[in-house]
Amino acid sequence: MELSKISVLSLVELVVACLLVIALMVANAIVMVYAERKGAGFIQRRPGPYEVGPWGILQPVADSMKLLAKQLFVPANVDFLLYFLAPVLAFLPVLLLFLPIPFGPYLTALKVPDGVVLILAFAGFGLLANLLAGYSSNNKYGILGAGRAVAQGVAYEIPMILALLAVVFQTGSMNLSDIAEAQGSAPWRWNFLCQPLAFFIYLVTLVAETNRAPFDLPEGESELTAGFHTEYSGMGFALFFLSEYANMLLVSFVCATFFLGGYKGPILDGFWWTFIKAYAVMAFIVWIRWTFPRVRFDQLLNINWKWLLPLSILNLWITAVIIKLV
Amino acid sequence: MSNFSFLNPFGVLDEPGTYMGDFYSNNFARKAQAGNVILNLGPQHPSTHGVLRVVVEMYGEYVVRSEPVLGYLHRSHEKMAEHKTAYGFLPNMGRVDYLNAIGWNWAYAGACEQLAGIECPERAEYLRVIAAELNRISSHLVWWGAFVLDLGAFTPILYAFDDRELICDILQRVTGSRLTMNYFRFGGVGADGDDLFFSKIRDFIPNMRERLKMYKALVTDNVILRRRLEGIGPMDADLCVRYGATGPLLRAAGVPRDVRRSIPYGIYDRFDYEIPVAETNDNFGRYWVRLQEISESLKIVEQAVAQIPPGKHIVDKAPKPSWKLPPGESVFSVEGARGEITVHVISDGGKSPYRVKLRAPGFSNLSVFAEAAEGTILADAIAILGSLDLVIPEIDR
Repeated sequence: MELSKISVLSLVELVVACLLVIALMVANAIVMVYAERKGAGFIQRRPGPYEVGPWGILQPVADSMKLLAKQLFVPANVDFLLYFLAPVLAFLPVLLLFLPIPFGPYLTALKVPDGVVLILAFAGFGLLANLLAGYSSNNKYGILGAGRAVAQGVAYEIPMILALLAVVFQTGSMNLSDIAEAQGSAPWRWNFLCQPLAFFIYLVTLVAETNRAPFDLPEGESELTAGFHTEYSGMGFALFFLSEYANMLLVSFVCATFFLGGYKGPILDGFWWTFIKAYAVMAFIVWIRWTFPRVRFDQLLNINWKWLLPLSILNLWITAVIIKLV
Repeated sequence: MSNFSFLNPFGVLDEPGTYMGDFYSNNFARKAQAGNVILNLGPQHPSTHGVLRVVVEMYGEYVVRSEPVLGYLHRSHEKMAEHKTAYGFLPNMGRVDYLNAIGWNWAYAGACEQLAGIECPERAEYLRVIAAELNRISSHLVWWGAFVLDLGAFTPILYAFDDRELICDILQRVTGSRLTMNYFRFGGVGADGDDLFFSKIRDFIPNMRERLKMYKALVTDNVILRRRLEGIGPMDADLCVRYGATGPLLRAAGVPRDVRRSIPYGIYDRFDYEIPVAETNDNFGRYWVRLQEISESLKIVEQAVAQIPPGKHIVDKAPKPSWKLPPGESVFSVEGARGEITVHVISDGGKSPYRVKLRAPGFSNLSVFAEAAEGTILADAIAILGSLDLVIPEIDR
């Protein structure tokens, strides 16, 4: 979409889309808070939340009320501007990332030809927010967590990009709708079977990119108490929390679009398929969080630089060779 | 405090009279080297299990030196012993180490009995063994859950507490409490086990064996866990002996020292069980030794429940609360869940003992930490701290 072609109508469309995306992010956080706690309860053989409302479904409301009402504690000698900027910076860019996602055949906020580039470019902002949060809050755990966040984020972005690039090679387009469309309706033609290695690499990196266990080192609780957001309370913490769930949703949508056929399904194409697939990936993320111990930091980087990166380059090379031959 | 910032962590230390580390040793009066950071873990830290404080000098993620700082949970149990009667001090033993109350019960009751020359009835000896071994299992279960929690896996601790719950139910039948158990009396135990007590134990043993298989499949065989444990935190026999570390630490270093075998007390010589010994010196060795000890303890409990004779659970004319210890002194050691518990009682024949010295295994085990954690990554240091199986109330007493 070129600038000159933006009409008033498309601008209104964009604003509406942005509002819908914000609504989706918040609704997702509310659903996921409940789903994750119930899921954890199921895995750990306990009921999970059940006090607030029937089956505890009002627990997220109670949680958010608590976070809203909490005192915003600001520790001594923080870098004020950065300290308050960091949670906002963590939350806002995620909004942009949802714009090029094709939720359905006609349900895309912003149809850009280079959606992949937009997503990968703005995904780095979350990292910056983590760095600023840890750096500005005048806390040694914070700075250690921030350092880990940067090292981890930068490292895992590369195999992630390479894994997605293999799919882009295969499809010949950077438009996410095209990528979803190219996979067709039959599940055996989806990319998780055509590109198994890329799918595996992407699954590992998406956990690392969203700082979830077993790769939750920036906030590694047993070592760094809460890592980069140690000093955040109330809404500051809530924004980090919201952005974590939004990031999870985003990588799940990208996963659904790139590897699981997007909005295509065996019957009746539509946005429901995207959502089903994305939430299946979310369930996977929740599942492994409550099952695995945390890796050590040097092991984390070794997995990336010694295994994932060479594998993703090999995968890219094989893809290129096959495309050349076929 | 005003000039304190991350880039200048020496600001605090530059003020005269402020030392980060231990009050007595003043090790951390020596400032951090340029580029290093002094990190204060605890006393409110998720991995220091209560109120331990560890001061660590770090170069990036590496631990350059560290020092545990104690005393946040000091309740002067030893001083209390000098003001209570010998009998009145019994309930304190459940509070010294909240996870291994029975072990401490036994050490103190044993020391006093040795001094006074009181013999226990046969049935009481068996009940003591059953209670002590069940308590050892429950203590190891809590350690297992908490240790894996330190490594970042949250789920196993809830499974461990699930099993511990059953042990609590069993011990509640005879001791009346679930945590700070006060079961032992001079010359026997507080209450006899009834049919429900024994049938619950018989149900528990096969159940726990099944669960141990599940623990192995779920946690022990996990590749991430193996990578976090194997070869990490070497503590060889020499190190353990120098610091007086006992229990699973010493056995994981290849020394088959277990008080139940080396200085048999009670009726432990009647049972058939192994002393698990690992040669690997590492975190995994300590992990493996403790899990093996659970199954060995199950064996002992199984045999004890099968062999227990009828009879009295306490001697006739057992000492009353106002009973006075005869003059003299005695030392008694038992194998607690964390290592060698020794109680040294000195009496001058007065109302209360003249002096009671409690030797907590955790104290010596913790002192290994500073040397073992040197040069490791912070995450490994936390794993080493977890592998020591610390119970801070026991260390501070």
